[in-house]
Amino acid sequence: MQKWSLYSRGDKFFAVVVSILIGMFTVATLYPFIYIAAVSFSSGFAAQAGKVVLTPIDATIEAYGYILTDPQFWISYRNTFIYTIGGTIMSLAFIIPGAYALSRPQLKGRRFFNLFIAFTMWFNAGLIPFFLNMRDLNLLDSMFGIILAFAVNAFNIILLRNFFEAIPQSFEEAARMDGANDFQVLWKVFIPLSKPAIATITLFCIVSRWNGFFWAMVLLQSEDKIPLQVFLRHTIANLSDDDEFAIVQTAAGFSAETVTAAIIVCSIIPVLIVYPFIQKYFEKGILLGGVKE
Amino acid sequence: MSDRNSDIGGLPVEELVVKADEAMRDRRKTRAGDSSWVRTWDHFRREWQIYVMLLPTIIWFIVFLYKPMYGLQIAFKDYSIFRGVADSPWVGWEHFKTLFSNDQFLRAVRNTITISFYNLIFGFPAPIILALMFNEIIHATYKRTAQTIVYLPHFISSVIIAGIVITAFSPTAGIINTIIEWLGFDAVYFLTQPEWFRPIFVGTGIWQEAGFGSIVFLAAIAGVNPSLYESAVVDGANRWQMMWKITIPSILPTILIMLIIRIGNIMEVSFELVILLYQPSTYETADVVNTWVYRQGLQSGQYDLAAAAGLFNAVVAFVLVMTANTLSRRFSRTSLW
Repeated sequence: MQKWSLYSRGDKFFAVVVSILIGMFTVATLYPFIYIAAVSFSSGFAAQAGKVVLTPIDATIEAYGYILTDPQFWISYRNTFIYTIGGTIMSLAFIIPGAYALSRPQLKGRRFFNLFIAFTMWFNAGLIPFFLNMRDLNLLDSMFGIILAFAVNAFNIILLRNFFEAIPQSFEEAARMDGANDFQVLWKVFIPLSKPAIATITLFCIVSRWNGFFWAMVLLQSEDKIPLQVFLRHTIANLSDDDEFAIVQTAAGFSAETVTAAIIVCSIIPVLIVYPFIQKYFEKGILLGGVKE
Repeated sequence: MSDRNSDIGGLPVEELVVKADEAMRDRRKTRAGDSSWVRTWDHFRREWQIYVMLLPTIIWFIVFLYKPMYGLQIAFKDYSIFRGVADSPWVGWEHFKTLFSNDQFLRAVRNTITISFYNLIFGFPAPIILALMFNEIIHATYKRTAQTIVYLPHFISSVIIAGIVITAFSPTAGIINTIIEWLGFDAVYFLTQPEWFRPIFVGTGIWQEAGFGSIVFLAAIAGVNPSLYESAVVDGANRWQMMWKITIPSILPTILIMLIIRIGNIMEVSFELVILLYQPSTYETADVVNTWVYRQGLQSGQYDLAAAAGLFNAVVAFVLVMTANTLSRRFSRTSLW
């Protein structure tokens, strides 16, 4: 990259134009979030009339009062934490030993097992057989079912296996000299050396669990088991044509729009808190597992 | 498992008499005189731990991914819940005949391809352009901040994305219609009108994924040999020329591979977002194969017909992905997987 002082006038102009365009895209990315936050703090009347543009109109926290006193909101919030933490631990418990075994040159049938796993990235049975299988396994409406059935995917295993394969033999040999077995080699050598890769996979698991919606909606019937995303969906779908709600809201200072916005804000906040910490990993991660040139 | 003998310095340790309890690691040699089953027995005695580690994963794949593939046979059966997968009677290609005379299914196939096509035309160049622009920004903090922000929507769930879209495009309350009315036009009922579904869906996809998608191209740009730029500067090239003559040609292999992947995934429209954004009045342009399967199978209980549609989708996708992988091998030494 050249020094700014060495740029010609044309290049300076070009750089400024590009900076402005990037700035516009960045603002366009950010604006919907600001808009939603503004709606969530506005009065129901102002939101319904479409008066909110950038800042809250007739600022109020009524919408938050409405959802934060809804026990179902807290139940789903708790469930999302259970699915995220339980699901991520379950994933790592499968993926780390599995990837280690697949990375061992002495594993008999290694080619077969690798293909066995990779094949599921290219072909999968689809929604219906998966659903019927879950029913046959008696895992419908089961929190454990959700945690177990989405624990593993081929991509994460292959990503970690590739990373394990790249670890130089000498590290392992030193541990073998000290009499370490495979479990010890994995625990004391491979896992400490693979922190970036494991962090990446952990991140992928956390994000997909936190955001998981479709199968939770399909597989879970009990209200006390649904995660936040399903609760949010129910709220968005029901509020607008719920007569009882319409009666309540005329008396209060909130509307379907402000309540929806408030739930969105509540469910984004944990993502925003974690985001700065995870950012350094996902850039590496996407390149680790993605295209190899 | 006490000791381990490695082939230090690459020299085979031929002379070593392997005792059963020794963790002997070198598998490349065969010891004369041992029959193959003795060697196999030895192998598992020594290496049982890695098989124990692999076993849960293999069982998981069988139970959750391969067993449903066995269940796919209901696509050729008159499936009854009470009889189960194995005992339901075969009906041959009956369901496929029904599918290909079903207007809604055919419409869903067309919509899937059309939406993917729009995604390709508008969604594919977006991250490349973004990466090229990021590459031109000199101010490091500005660049970093912008990147941090544009990656963010990728981590937001589709329910929230849909919630934002529904709120923003709402006919009375939404900001979009506020602006439209402010400009003197009539409010548009965006989400109930078929002609608006695809622009909104594709636009939402770009808004959510363009930033994150630029990471791959930025990495490719970072890999361009700096001496190319240095000699270009000596030759008096400006930034615009360098972008066209150096950067873009250098990242062309990455662009091609990503394009091939995209084409390979043409049957994969993110149907979760479709389910969240469409409604009966927009099925005409919005309904894709997987949403049709969802309604027919999971909502109406026509499992066998829906499974047949799913199988059709999966086979087409499989052929496309395999073709894409073969093609990408030609552009890069290693394949995609």
